[in-house]
Amino acid sequence: MTDHILQMRSITKDFPGVRALTDVNLAVERGRIHALVGENGAGKSTLMKVLSGVYPHGDYGGEILLDGAEVRFRGIRDSEAAGVVIIHQELALVPQLSIAENLFLGNERHRGGLIDWRTTNTRAVELMHRVGLDADPQALVSGIGVGKQQLVEIAKALAKDVRLLILDEPTAALNETDSDNLLNLLKDLRKQGITCILISHKIDEVLRVADTITILRDGEVVETADVAIDDVDEDRIIKGMVGRDMKHRFPPRDPDIGEVFFEINDWNVFHPEVADRQLVRDASLNVRRGEVVGLAGLMGAGRTELAMSVFGRSYGSHISGTARKDGKPVRLSTVPEAIANGIAYVTEDRKQYGLLLEEDIRRNMMLAGLRKVARGFFISAHAELVESERLRQRLGVKASSVLQKAGQLSGGNQQKVVLAKSVFATPDLLILDEPTRGIDVGAKYEIYTIIQELAAEGKGVLVISSELPELLGLCDRIYAMSAGRITGELSRREATQEEVMRLMTRTMPTAVTP
Amino acid sequence: MTKLDESRPEPPEAPPTPTAEARLGMREEIGQILRGNVRQYGMILALVLIALLFQTLTYQYNGGILTPINITNMILQNSYILVLAIGMMLVIINGHIDLSVGSVCALIGAIAGVMIVHWGLPWPVAVVAALLVGAAIGAWQGFWIAYMRIPAFIVTLAGMLLFRGLAQRVLDGETISGFPDGFRQIAAGYLPGAGDGVHVLTLVLGLAASAVVVWLQLRGRRMRASYGLRLGSRPLFWLKVVGLIAVINAFSVTLAVHKGIPIVGLVVIALVLLYSIVMQKSVIGRQTYAVGGNEKAALLSGVKTKKNTLVVFINMGVLAALAGVIFAARLTSATPKAGVNFELDAIAAAFVGGASASGGIGTVVGAIVGALVMGVMNMGMSILGLSPDWQQAIKGLVLLLAVAFDVYNKRKARS
Repeated sequence: MTDHILQMRSITKDFPGVRALTDVNLAVERGRIHALVGENGAGKSTLMKVLSGVYPHGDYGGEILLDGAEVRFRGIRDSEAAGVVIIHQELALVPQLSIAENLFLGNERHRGGLIDWRTTNTRAVELMHRVGLDADPQALVSGIGVGKQQLVEIAKALAKDVRLLILDEPTAALNETDSDNLLNLLKDLRKQGITCILISHKIDEVLRVADTITILRDGEVVETADVAIDDVDEDRIIKGMVGRDMKHRFPPRDPDIGEVFFEINDWNVFHPEVADRQLVRDASLNVRRGEVVGLAGLMGAGRTELAMSVFGRSYGSHISGTARKDGKPVRLSTVPEAIANGIAYVTEDRKQYGLLLEEDIRRNMMLAGLRKVARGFFISAHAELVESERLRQRLGVKASSVLQKAGQLSGGNQQKVVLAKSVFATPDLLILDEPTRGIDVGAKYEIYTIIQELAAEGKGVLVISSELPELLGLCDRIYAMSAGRITGELSRREATQEEVMRLMTRTMPTAVTP
Repeated sequence: MTKLDESRPEPPEAPPTPTAEARLGMREEIGQILRGNVRQYGMILALVLIALLFQTLTYQYNGGILTPINITNMILQNSYILVLAIGMMLVIINGHIDLSVGSVCALIGAIAGVMIVHWGLPWPVAVVAALLVGAAIGAWQGFWIAYMRIPAFIVTLAGMLLFRGLAQRVLDGETISGFPDGFRQIAAGYLPGAGDGVHVLTLVLGLAASAVVVWLQLRGRRMRASYGLRLGSRPLFWLKVVGLIAVINAFSVTLAVHKGIPIVGLVVIALVLLYSIVMQKSVIGRQTYAVGGNEKAALLSGVKTKKNTLVVFINMGVLAALAGVIFAARLTSATPKAGVNFELDAIAAAFVGGASASGGIGTVVGAIVGALVMGVMNMGMSILGLSPDWQQAIKGLVLLLAVAFDVYNKRKARS
C-alpha cells in the first residue's frame, strides 16, 4: 500500500459567483516531488491556500488528511505547526535584516525574551549548509541575489521542521544556473525525506524533477500521472493543461523583412549608483523593418539595462554610444524623446513599472498617448473611449468593458493592456521585455500573434526573453548577451537552444561585432 | 488588416441603441450604486447625516446650524480651509503631503500686511505679489521633493519651521492691523445688492447653476448612450437631477435670505469647478493621478513626472497664499500665530473626503465634502457648548473612522 503523507478529498471552494475548485482529489506520496501544473486560474494557488490554512476550515468543502488523520487548519500558523510550509512566488523576506534573522523570523531562538545570537547563527549556518547556500549568515538579505534569497526561503522552511514543502513558481525570477541549483536542491531534500509540492509553469523543469504530476484545469483535476510508469511528455501535459492540442505553440511565421532602420553602436551603460560598475559594454545591434529580433541572455547579462537605457535613459548612468534611426542619429535622452522618436518599451514587471492598478483599462491604455485623444488642454472622453475600445478588441483583452480596473485582470490580460499602451504611442520599434512572463500558455499564444502582426505592419520588434524556446519559435534573428557584451548573433536557421546557450555563457572579453 | 496605431479617432459605427437589457432595473441599480460607489456617495451621505444630526441636536439654540446666518458663517469660517483642502487633495493624489501650508499662510499674511499697511501698496497689487511669493515657496519645496528626491514629509516639515520662523521675522513678533476696507471685503464681503430682503442676484445664480447642471447631466447620458454603455433607469436619472436642483436652490435660497452669497463663497465655488475640470478632463490632471498611482509606470509612459510634481507643489503654494490672504482679511490683521494647525485640517479634509494615503485616488469635490464634514462638526459642537478639548478628540476619531470605513470597503470590493 502506498504511503500518503497528504490526501485532499473532494475539495470544493466557491468564491462569490465562481466555483474555483470542483471536487478536487490530490494524494501526495511521502518522500516524492509532486508537481502541480495548470494554466493561470486553473486553481493551483487556491488549492494550496486551502491546504495551508489561508482559507480556514469551513471555508471549503471536502477534507484534508495528513498522515491519514483529518486536519482542520484555521490559519497558516496551524499548518506550519503541522509541518506544512508554503513558499510563495513573491518572497516573504525582510531585506533589511540578515540571513540568520530572516531564517528565524517569527520563530526566534531566544532565552527569556532576548535573542540567543549564538544559537541563531550556528543553527543558521547548519540550515544554509543543508540548502547549499554559501554566504555569511549576518549578511543582509538585500545584498544577496534573488537565487540566494530563494534558498534562504527554503532554509527558513527547514527551520520550521518542514515535512511537506510547497513551492509556488520557485524559478519564475531565477536565471538558468540558479534554477538548476534549486531543482537539484529539491532532489537533495527528497533524499532527506522531505516531500515537496511544486507548482510551475515551466514544463521542462517539472519533467526533470517530478515523480508525480497532477494537471489541473478550470478547478478540476484532469489527470495525475506517475512519471516513472506513465508515458508523460511535454505535449501530453500541455494538452491536458489547455484542453487542446498545442502542437503549434507559436503562430506560423512568414516574415516580410525590410531594411535596417534602427541601430545602436558602441553602447555603454554604467550602474546608476555604483559608478564604476559597467553593465553594458560596447554593445551594437540593429533591427530591420518587419523583423522580430530576440535578445537572449542569463539574468544579469544586461539585457533590461540595455533596453531601458535606449528607452530615454530610463536606467543607468554615463550612457554613451550612438543611436540611429533611418540612418540619422537620434537623441534619446528622455522618455518623451524616445517616444517621440518612435520607440516603445514594454516592461518585464507590469505591476511595478507598467500599470496603474487602481485605474481602468481605458486610462492605462491612453497614458502614453494622451495628446492623441486631447484637443489642446482637454482630453476628449469620446475619443478616449473609442480608441481604448478599439485597442481592447484588437488585442483581445478579455474584460467586461474598458472601464474595468486593471488590477482586476488576469496576468495575460494585464500584459495586453501594457502592450496596448505602448502600441497606442505609435512606435516603429517595440522593445518587449519578457512579454510572456507569468502568463498562461493560451495567453502566450495570443501575445505571439500580436507580436507577429506588429511586425507584419512594418514595425521592428526586439524581444527580450529568458525562455529559449520562445526566442527560437518567435524570432527571425537572435542576439546573445553575456556580462554586458553582445556575444553573438544567430539567424533563425542557425539558432538552436545549444548554440544560443553557448553564446549566452561565453565570457570572452572580445565582443563579436555583427 | 486594420492598423493598430491608427490614431485618428473615428466615430463609432452605428452607435448601438440602448436596449431593454442595457438598462438596469431600478432596484438592481440602486444596489449597484450602493455597492460600487460607496467611496463617492458615502461621504456625501455622511455629510448629510452629520448635518441633520447636529441640526436636531442644536435646533433649540436659535434654530440650529442650518439657519441662513449659520450657513453663511460656516462658509466664511471655513473658506481658507476649503481653499487649502483643494490644493492638499492634489498633493495627496500626487502621492505626497504638505505640512507647511499653515506656516505659509502666516508668512503670506505677514508679507501682505507689510506691503499694504507699512509700504502703502494698493491691496490688489499686494495680493498678486503675495500669490507670486506663494508660487515661489511652492517651487522651492517642489524642487527638493521632485528633483532632489527628498521625501515630502521632510521637506514640508522643514518648510513648516522655516516659514513660521520667517513670518515671525517679517512681523518682528508684532501684529499688523489696519487693512483697508477693500482688502477686508475678500473675506467678509457680499455681492452687490446685499441688504434688507431677499438677495435676487444669488437666486438668479442658483437658477443659472441649475440649468447648467441639467444640461451637463443630459449631455452625459446622451454620450453614454452613444458609446453603447449601460444606462441607468430613467426615473432614477431624473430623481438625481431633481435632487441636484433641489440642493442647489435650497442652498441659494438660504443664502439669499441672509445677505446673499459671500464673495469668498463664490471664490471657493469657482476654484472647485476649475480644479474639478482640470483633474478630470485635462492632460495634466490625468498625469497627476498617474504619477500618484504608479510613478515608475508614469515615467515609462513618457509623463514628465518631476515637472508634474513641481507644478502640483507650485499650485499648493499659490492656494496656500490665497488662503493666507483670506485669513488675514478675515482676521483684519496679520499675526505670526496665524494658520497654526491649518495643515492638519486640510489633510484631514482630504482623507475624510476619500483620498488614498498611497496616492492616485481622490477628487476635488471629495476634499470639499471632507472639509464641510469637519466644518459642520466644528460649528455644531461649538453651538452645543462642547469644550475645545472634546471637539479635538471627536474630530480625531471621525478622521480615523472615515479612513477605516474606506479601507474596509476597498478590501471588501477586492475580495
